Amino acid sequence: MTNLIELRNIKKIFKKSEKKELLVLDQINFNIHEGEIIALLGRSGSGKSTLLRIIAGLTKPTAGEVRYYEKPVLEPAQGIAMVFQHFALMPWLTILENVSLGLEALGVSKKESRQRALKAIDLIGLDGFESAYPKELSGGMQQRVGIARALVVEPKLLLMDEAFSALDILTAENLRDDLLDLWTKSEFKKNSILLVTHNIEEAVAFADRIIVMDYNPGRVRSILHIDLPHPRNSGSKKFQGYVELIYKLMTKTTKAEIIDIGYRIPEAPVTKLMGLVDQIGEVQKAHKTIDLPTIADDLLLDIDELLSLTEILKLLQFIKETPEGNIELTEAGLQFEKADILLRKKIFSTHLLIYIPLTKHIYTKIHDEPSRRISKAQILKDLSAYLSEEEAQRVINVAIEWGRYAELFAYDDNAEELNLENPI
Amino acid sequence: MKLRIWHSYQIATWQPNLWDVVAVLLLFLAFAFLSWGATQMTAPYQMGEALAVNLSPSALPYYILRTILRMLIAMFFALFFTFTLATLAAKNKHARHVIIPIIDILQSVPVLGFLSITIVGFISLFPNSLLGPECAAIFAIFTCQAWNIFLGFYQSLRTVPPLFEETAHVFQLSPWQKFWRLEVPFALPSLIWNMMISMSTSWFFVVASEAITVNKEKILLPGIGSYIGVAIMHQDIAAIVYAIIAMIIVILLYDQLVFRPLVNWSEKFKSGENEEPQTQSWILRFLHRTRLLKLIGELFAILFDEFVNLSFFQRKKSRKTISLDIPPFILKFIVYLWYFVIITLSLLGFILLMHFIYQTTSLTEILHVFTLGFYTTLRIMAVVIVCSVIWVPIGIWVGLRPRTAHYVQAIAQLFSAFPMNLLFPLVVIWILKYKLNFEIWCAPLMILGPQWYMLFNIIAGTSTIPQNLRHAAKNFGVTGFLWFRRFIFPVVFPYFITGAITTVGGAWNATIVAEIVNWGTTSLKASGLGSYITQVTAQGSFAKVALGLGVMCLYVLFFDHLVWQPLYNLAAKRT
Repeated sequence: MTNLIELRNIKKIFKKSEKKELLVLDQINFNIHEGEIIALLGRSGSGKSTLLRIIAGLTKPTAGEVRYYEKPVLEPAQGIAMVFQHFALMPWLTILENVSLGLEALGVSKKESRQRALKAIDLIGLDGFESAYPKELSGGMQQRVGIARALVVEPKLLLMDEAFSALDILTAENLRDDLLDLWTKSEFKKNSILLVTHNIEEAVAFADRIIVMDYNPGRVRSILHIDLPHPRNSGSKKFQGYVELIYKLMTKTTKAEIIDIGYRIPEAPVTKLMGLVDQIGEVQKAHKTIDLPTIADDLLLDIDELLSLTEILKLLQFIKETPEGNIELTEAGLQFEKADILLRKKIFSTHLLIYIPLTKHIYTKIHDEPSRRISKAQILKDLSAYLSEEEAQRVINVAIEWGRYAELFAYDDNAEELNLENPI
Repeated sequence: MKLRIWHSYQIATWQPNLWDVVAVLLLFLAFAFLSWGATQMTAPYQMGEALAVNLSPSALPYYILRTILRMLIAMFFALFFTFTLATLAAKNKHARHVIIPIIDILQSVPVLGFLSITIVGFISLFPNSLLGPECAAIFAIFTCQAWNIFLGFYQSLRTVPPLFEETAHVFQLSPWQKFWRLEVPFALPSLIWNMMISMSTSWFFVVASEAITVNKEKILLPGIGSYIGVAIMHQDIAAIVYAIIAMIIVILLYDQLVFRPLVNWSEKFKSGENEEPQTQSWILRFLHRTRLLKLIGELFAILFDEFVNLSFFQRKKSRKTISLDIPPFILKFIVYLWYFVIITLSLLGFILLMHFIYQTTSLTEILHVFTLGFYTTLRIMAVVIVCSVIWVPIGIWVGLRPRTAHYVQAIAQLFSAFPMNLLFPLVVIWILKYKLNFEIWCAPLMILGPQWYMLFNIIAGTSTIPQNLRHAAKNFGVTGFLWFRRFIFPVVFPYFITGAITTVGGAWNATIVAEIVNWGTTSLKASGLGSYITQVTAQGSFAKVALGLGVMCLYVLFFDHLVWQPLYNLAAKRT
């Protein structure tokens, strides 16, 4: 098989501040062969979208090289087309005009461009919508336009950035199946697809090969060949086996991270933390093993949220990993699960002060001030050595939500000030 | 007029219907009038020569045509200016650092001030032709149209969603294609809206800029402004009433034939989802129904396609990027040179201006002008407060009733386009009759035009309150003052601030025509910055004009940055 794309030692660093840099991608090496469908699987922060943009020539890697048919990719190349998560259709162009956009850029004659666009529209099942505007179409139909727009330029490599994740499950599956059908039965067979996703089932249903990304920094954790013929049955034992395997791969803690005040607290709202503890507690009481895919399904959480929540619960010592790679509540977790609202707040606040350095930092800082108040800007400044401004804002907001719930401190959004006052 | 793909069978099956004939006739009529008006503009003229203005109502259509022509020409230049400089400012950091502050300041210079300053230059540029004063008037109109179009377009360009940028990049659109396929369409709703608002506001200034006294010479450009000017001179009440009626008709026609169709059309460019078009336009529906005009629309679409795909602007096939390999240190040098030149020029300009003012005026004069500015500020503050007391309750009342709001908005829109300075003579007659103190009574004249912005904004703000919130308030028995304090006020406050800012801006602009008004040989004058500028312009002492304008700029900028901006930020934070 010929190599369509070669990634050589890709590394990407985002500069957070003068001193601190964030390593987003590191040591990325893999090839994409002709006619191959690859899924790039990882949670948010694994740099998978950045990697996709590097391959597309939209972003430059800090080090390393992308080669497309042996030639380095420095800017968007002809033959690599992209489908976007939120469709990115121009609302002022009709479907036909939207699909023709790429051809117009290539300087294809009006007549030929029209012909090819109509064919692509036909192929993806949009016949009859040519003169409609995107607004008139449902999300699923809009994404079909996005796909048609990419197919019409006859790409050797189709990049799909979470292309199905803005759609509801039913629509997403339907569109995915249609695309697979098109791929396996037509002249597109020779071309390749790279799908970025955080949906494990989607990756298993779609790809010949799954590249599981590590996060923080994003590295290739493992590469799996999915040895199932299309169309795949998501209920089959083998299919579920793959899903289970990848879940374990992704939740496993690989390394001991140093937790300091610069720790990037993931999105973990209090109510969801509580909900997950309750759910795990219930399963545990019934003496069943805690099966993360099922819990995610029950609570309607996607893998991203689930991983963020489990990470925080682990940090707070409410849950722990069993030797088999499953999870269960700890002593403290069990106590927390049984407690009423007031006691829960109490336990939560104790654990926050012990295990989350940032909340501890804010708490002591307020107490050190004679006025018992500090500005949010001050905390932002403390974090500036670790995180980008935007990320610091987000992290502080998560910490403030926790602190307010635990009644460790109060916050005045008008003055952007943290204090110990109770509202009058 | 959708920009649609060409279907050749539409020509083959085309059969004219009645609407086509009507539409074509209307179109030809408009073309004929406009071109005739254009030939009149270049008529020979000597400075000092009095242009006869005919006060009979039958002459009015011609004058109005001349006035409209001026506005259209100014609009063309405003668009050209916007497409070039605003794009440059949006794309280039170094250009932005210079252009945006300049526009920001120009925005606060009272429009009529531009006229006083530029007219002499334009007259000497075209010595024996009417083109000189004509250009000066057009330039003044341009200055009242350009800034908000410019800033609106610039804002749009800066907020093009990154997703669209990436799409254009991945599909390899050339910069030219990207501009016309992505950036202009994205900016179009705001562009059209600002253009239409500019047209409305320029009626006020066009009336003021056609009849001007400069350097003790009275110049009357054929147009509705001069018509009014002459009518005032002759104390001809009938002529003034004719002019007002004519103006009402023109504004109604403009609203129905131009404003609504264009805004309605531009709404399809909005990127928000599920947004129902807010403006209805019967003329647009009519145009959709005429086959010929539809064809013309499609012809335009094809021409536009060709224009976008001009081979000169295509990305070159041999994908060798033409990157001029300028060494970085030379680039750096150019950047530094740019800033150096700009800073030197502005310093030089400042010194020259100071020198000029210092030579011809004195410190007491400067202090005097600042005092006058203070009087004018007091007047504006008082009048805006009165205006708020009247319009805020009315606006809230109307805003809570969607159907009433619909009609009131439409009517207020017409009022805001109407050049209120046409009504000044009527107010003056009334003031003279009752021997009122003009120092006080000139203030209402300033607010006559801009007050509608206040009403607009209050209505708009109140109607954003969702039905279920109102139900919730009712359900919990929130009424009376509590209802106002906890429910209405927090919602309406940001809109009130926006309205107040616009109203104050308009009032400043109006001071130049409101603080000094004439009726025949009687002249009413209130002491203030506006009347000062008008007087020194008539005397032809340009140093004093510059001084007056400079002080006015300072006042406007001062209040903008120290009062309005903080208030606005406070209001914006809660929404």
